[in-house]
Amino acid sequence: MPTLLALEQISKRFGAVVVADQIDLALAPGEALGIIGPNGAGKTSLFGMATGTLSPDSGRVIFDGADITTLPPERRCRLGLARSFQIPQPFGGMTVFENVVVAAAFGTGARERDVYAPCADILDRCGLSQKANRPAGALTLLDRKRLELARALATKPRVLLLDEVAGGLTEHECTALVALIKDIRADGVSVIWIEHIVHALVSVVDRLVVLHGGRFIAQGEPHSVIKSAPVQEIYMGIPADA
Amino acid sequence: MSDAAIRVEHATRASRIGMTLLALLVVALAAAPLWADRASLRLMGEIFTFVALASLWNLLAGYAGLVSVGQQAYVGFGGYVLFAAAILFGVPPIAAIIVAGALAALLAVPVAALMFRLRGHYFAIGTWVVAEIFRLVAAQIGVLGGGSGVSLPAGVITGIAATRAMREYIIYWLALGLAVLVVGGIVLLLRSRYGLALTAIRDNETAARSNGISVMRIKYLVYVVTAAGTAMTGALIFLTKLRISPDTAFSVNDWTAFVIFITVIGGIGRVEGPLIGTIVFFLLRETLADLGSLYLLMLGAVAIVVMLFAPKGLWGFVADRFGWQAFPLERRLAHKP
Ligand SMILES: Nc1ncnc2c1ncn2[C@@H]1O[C@H](COP(=O)(O)OP(=O)(O)OP(=O)(O)O)[C@@H](O)[C@H]1O
Ligand SMILES: [Mg+2]
Repeated sequence: MPTLLALEQISKRFGAVVVADQIDLALAPGEALGIIGPNGAGKTSLFGMATGTLSPDSGRVIFDGADITTLPPERRCRLGLARSFQIPQPFGGMTVFENVVVAAAFGTGARERDVYAPCADILDRCGLSQKANRPAGALTLLDRKRLELARALATKPRVLLLDEVAGGLTEHECTALVALIKDIRADGVSVIWIEHIVHALVSVVDRLVVLHGGRFIAQGEPHSVIKSAPVQEIYMGIPADA
Repeated sequence: MSDAAIRVEHATRASRIGMTLLALLVVALAAAPLWADRASLRLMGEIFTFVALASLWNLLAGYAGLVSVGQQAYVGFGGYVLFAAAILFGVPPIAAIIVAGALAALLAVPVAALMFRLRGHYFAIGTWVVAEIFRLVAAQIGVLGGGSGVSLPAGVITGIAATRAMREYIIYWLALGLAVLVVGGIVLLLRSRYGLALTAIRDNETAARSNGISVMRIKYLVYVVTAAGTAMTGALIFLTKLRISPDTAFSVNDWTAFVIFITVIGGIGRVEGPLIGTIVFFLLRETLADLGSLYLLMLGAVAIVVMLFAPKGLWGFVADRFGWQAFPLERRLAHKP
């Protein structure tokens, strides 16, 4: 099977905390992969190393056959690697629309006025069109997460990395989000989704990996992974919000 | 949603009012030789140079996040280029202002390469060290008076215009023109694609990078452009003063501390901030300057009060409450009916 994005033998530690211990991960074109794992397992750090905001201690990151381990985040973005931050990072003094225009103009290299229409469209899809002209800094946490997704989409990604976008949604909103992510997949975008809301996750992804202690302790077909012994064991003690 | 269904507007009602008022103000100021006395003209000329310096520092620190405390390096450099060009090569002072800008841009390229290796506070310290080095070098230039400085020869001054009144008008108009050029240039820059990137960098560098913006490249560009603008302003400042010395040219107090004060109390990271800040600064200076060192203490007190109660500066304080903006910098999404 061809690989679009691969982490090869990635290791990373913060002092004594090992967040990645020789991790190998391969994402096929069009694939949707889910990542679960307890708090502090190193899931977000993996996204950081994939997108270039965090450098691994060792190992390589490969995108579309090219080694991108030392490429800065902006270059990776333009290659088609987009990410929504778990802790939203809006351009607080700009409007919601301007936030998305920035991502579209610089993430794709398009001229500013050529991205206005697609950006309005993306705001619509992400449920933000009513708030297009509000300052992003004044949004609620939920809307900030929507904006993270909108901005990532605006860069026209080939791989979309979603970090806990479903937390705090109502059942109805969660269903809408799942539909949206399925839609994005249908456009040919590959997805890696970190999510604690497991039922939403398994309804979208083809494959699920479980990160714990810097390693994947289980992976495969989502439902069977959820039922597997190590997962049941780890998630036993995890409180209901997880 | 089709292409035709949306429209993006830059101007708001507030910015239309703001631009109209500013245009009227510039016209009235351009006509100042008709209505102002000599002392007022000189004061206003000085105000314009501070508008330019503060606007440039705001672009550098407020937008690009490059908190330099060494911009006096370029003020002094510009001043010295003007004096050297006029005294040694007979270049007319007005042409020398442009030469100062161009040379400063060239000089800023290697200086930036060096400074950008420094992170965080070290960048600020580095810029100050560079300015000190410039000062020490200037003191070594014997033909320009070394450590004690040099005056502009009478022939150079009379070359600007025959009468003293006309010279003063020309220098006043140059200062006004430079301030309009700097502020107008910054507004145009912010309206452009670079402005989109700069505003994003101002708000969140990590997100800017992750959304495809070459942050380092843009910072580099801003550093070089502000160096050029600052040097041109410096050249003009010392053309007005008619005398230059290393200590006045590279004064951290005059060209950086006051400029930071102006920008911070006016509102950093907004184009309007330095304009408001300059007005406040000169109001304070003109009313309190007699108090001697107490005056500096008062400036400090004002800065602390503003930072505590209006951390976004005076302009930020009112603009956020009333949705004001003087310049048409927004990209407002509007749906066509
Ligand atoms: N820049 C950093 N410096 C030091 N420690 C860090 C840094 N970033 C993350 N860590 C630590 O590394 C570990 C993994 O963090 P990470 O955010 O990747 O976990 P996570 O799996 O995403 O957790 P969560 O489910 O809470 O989002 C945590 O213990 C965290 O405190
Ligand atoms: Mg995380």
